[in-house]
Amino acid sequence: MKNESSYLPAGLPIPVAEADGLSAPYLAGLQQGRLLVQRCTHCGCWQFGPEWICHQCHAFDPAWVEVAPEGRIYSWERVWHPVHPALRERCPYVAVLVELPQAGNVRMVGNLLGDPMQDVRIGADVVGVYEHHPETSPPHSLLQWRLR
Amino acid sequence: MNARTLRGKVAVVGIGETTYYKHGQSPDPEFKLALKAILAACKDAGIEPRRIDGFASYSDDRNDATRLAVALGLPHLRSATMQWGGGGGGCCAAVANGAAAIATGQADCVVVFRSLNQGQHGRFGQAAGAGAGAATVSGERSYLVPYGVISPPQRFAMRVQRYMHEHGVRQEALRAIAMASYHHAQNNPRAVMHGKPLDEAKYDASRWIVEPFHLFDCCMENDGAAALVLMDAERAADCAQKPVYLLGAAAGSGLRFGSHAHNSAEYASANFGVVAPDLYRMAGLGPKDVGVVQAYENFTGGVLMALAEHGFFGPEEANEFLRLENLVAPSGRLPLNTSGGNLAECYMHGFELLLEAVRQVRGTSTNQATRNDVALVVGGPMVSPVSDLLLGSKAVL
Repeated sequence: MKNESSYLPAGLPIPVAEADGLSAPYLAGLQQGRLLVQRCTHCGCWQFGPEWICHQCHAFDPAWVEVAPEGRIYSWERVWHPVHPALRERCPYVAVLVELPQAGNVRMVGNLLGDPMQDVRIGADVVGVYEHHPETSPPHSLLQWRLR
Repeated sequence: MNARTLRGKVAVVGIGETTYYKHGQSPDPEFKLALKAILAACKDAGIEPRRIDGFASYSDDRNDATRLAVALGLPHLRSATMQWGGGGGGCCAAVANGAAAIATGQADCVVVFRSLNQGQHGRFGQAAGAGAGAATVSGERSYLVPYGVISPPQRFAMRVQRYMHEHGVRQEALRAIAMASYHHAQNNPRAVMHGKPLDEAKYDASRWIVEPFHLFDCCMENDGAAALVLMDAERAADCAQKPVYLLGAAAGSGLRFGSHAHNSAEYASANFGVVAPDLYRMAGLGPKDVGVVQAYENFTGGVLMALAEHGFFGPEEANEFLRLENLVAPSGRLPLNTSGGNLAECYMHGFELLLEAVRQVRGTSTNQATRNDVALVVGGPMVSPVSDLLLGSKAVL
């Protein structure tokens, strides 16, 4: 779990669960190298980010299920203007929006590993890479993506 | 038929604004700016300010209606409303809320306003809770900020990128939107970018903020205040100015548009899919009736999607439609942001667009459109909720 490399420099805000704990299973899963997404046990609907209720059938407390961190690029952006002190020397960098076909096409934002000036193609297949940060307080993990 | 409507029931009778300043350069604090704009709007309407009995604003406005009523010595405050939601998505809804109070007998004279002093209060969208500077982040931002998706342009660029990908829209379409705003600002002495023209080469050479947004695709940051006065249509006829009537108003959001981590069902969208049809239905009008448009430019890409969602062109026609000659007054196909708007007049969270739409219908714009009897204002694309307003002259009623 040692953090050998991270895509963005240290110092960005650390993701933590809300006071009511809604996203705690997702964040804990990342720290264990597992991608957990909500799926309603009643109607099978996938949803992300987490909610207390299934938006399709209105059953409460959708289940968390583990899915493979595999997807394809739905959209992307290359960021040139740093808006946080930690990013001052790091621009440009690439953020991608990845859809997960095996999980109802829910989408999540991450960074695309590799050359920040690479050509990014919508529809390209990507696989998830867990980026662990045991050194932060509290510790946390991110889910990044690289081209398959 | 559903007879519940604002059409023709309420009119804008006065508009007023302060000098518009660059970010942090206002000599006046925000609340004082608000008072100045409100009094200017009353003067324009030719009414005694003590007739005001309601206020409406939006987007976490800091200038409390009660404090305004106290400061102005109003004998009777009846209505005090603020539209939910961030950014400029509420700029038209605030007018609709004020108008609804009048139409339903809850108030007689409502001032709708926006005041902004970012030197005093910090940059809009960069409050302490916005992520930057904080040690931790939770909720919606926790899925974005740790990946460097922090500021508004970073949050919206991927929507636009996806739209451009789906429909083959080229960068030149965004450039034309920026250039139309700057073109109009050169005739508008109120505009912060008056005297600072933009050409294609300057746009192309400008730095990227986040692809696909160049510097000139992003709104300015400004200080100032703007206000308008609403009255019912009968009383409006006795005011100093030619009344400008509300023809239609709509606000809202489509299916799960605000869902976290960019999971909107209609992701590549400005969020007018369900709102624009409501607007046209209330007004009894369609896009072909609209002569001039003021469309909120947080980023040019939002204007692109919003105009398509209001039926001015199909997404596949965007490159052909969004050319400078089509977007300029007096006689382009659709004169757009004729005061310079958020990009080049003043970023008053879209409220300056409402004042410009009123000027167009009155016939007093510095960039008067030939077809000005029906003016559309589009509020805050890509946020949730968004809002819309159609304004028109007596001839349209």
